[in-house]
Amino acid sequence: MSKIIPVIGVGAALACSLLWTGCSDIGGMKPAPKARQEQKPAGPFSLNAAVGQATPAFSLKDANGQLVRPVDYKGKVVLLDFWATWCGPCKIEIPWFMEFERQFKDQGFAVVGVSMDEDGWNVIKPYVQNMKMNYRILLGNDDVSTAYGGLDSLPTTLLIDRDGKIASVHVGVSMGKEEFKNAIVQLLNAPRERASVASGNGLALLASPGVR
Amino acid sequence: MAWPCLQAQGSGNAVLSLAPSARLTIHRGDTAEFTLKAELQPGFHVNSNMPGDDYLIPIKLTWNKDPLEAEQVTYPKPQMEKLSFSTNPISVYTGAFEIGTRFKAPPTAMPGMAFMNGKLRYQACNNKECLPPRTVDVRVTLDVQ
Repeated sequence: MSKIIPVIGVGAALACSLLWTGCSDIGGMKPAPKARQEQKPAGPFSLNAAVGQATPAFSLKDANGQLVRPVDYKGKVVLLDFWATWCGPCKIEIPWFMEFERQFKDQGFAVVGVSMDEDGWNVIKPYVQNMKMNYRILLGNDDVSTAYGGLDSLPTTLLIDRDGKIASVHVGVSMGKEEFKNAIVQLLNAPRERASVASGNGLALLASPGVR
Repeated sequence: MAWPCLQAQGSGNAVLSLAPSARLTIHRGDTAEFTLKAELQPGFHVNSNMPGDDYLIPIKLTWNKDPLEAEQVTYPKPQMEKLSFSTNPISVYTGAFEIGTRFKAPPTAMPGMAFMNGKLRYQACNNKECLPPRTVDVRVTLDVQ
């Protein structure tokens, strides 16, 4: 059942980037607004048709109680991993993601893990400590599950480009470490079309200060 | 997500199915054995009732307290499987398996037809992915004599 939804073409990505930016930015080359809202898709979100869409909005707490939203990571390439402590296959990928976090965090990359454990931090915190997980973990809920199309299987991993668009979706352990790494490098090296074409202000797309 | 007596797991993508149970006849003050028959799709496993890892969700069959008393729930002998994600073998069920329950009818039980309701909680995975934990309703038709 594992599937890989490949990255769509540059044209479609550009179209999505323009949608993200808004038409007024295109014509007038206005500076990017200080606070942007995540774009909500018109219909129900489906992982099967997620590539090229804006990352669905959520607001989830991390282990310190800080609220985290996808927009906080704008300007970064993000690996968003839905997982759970009871999910054996998730355990295969966690060391890979830890390595990616170490290797690429200074290049504008972040791993964000969303735990779908019903028992909450009581089970997550010891697990995170035991695995020495070095990336940010959020506590998921039914709302985020619905927003991401139900999350019928774990792990479900999304690679998100610097413009907040979903570049690929991986349900189950559907590809190896090197393939993940190559996909991340490709996104890190991808031209930042919104920065150069739409807003003309690359700095506006960088992540907010303080975001991991 | 609960299926009406007895199919389970996944949204339109069931990996565990439960066989409809035959009517259970039991005499007041006596005991009777009930067997819940389950079958997993090939490639999937569920954790046994004692998976040997605190993070894994064990399969668990529970029953309401009346009209019968569930004296004992008996799980089958698990298989110890070495899976790609585990350093040690884990205790699982695959394929077809049965969970037994010994019911006792109180001497004061009302004779006639009744139902015994319970819940089966489990969590299924294969080598590459896991499905969310599920709790499904289990219902046994009783003939109390």
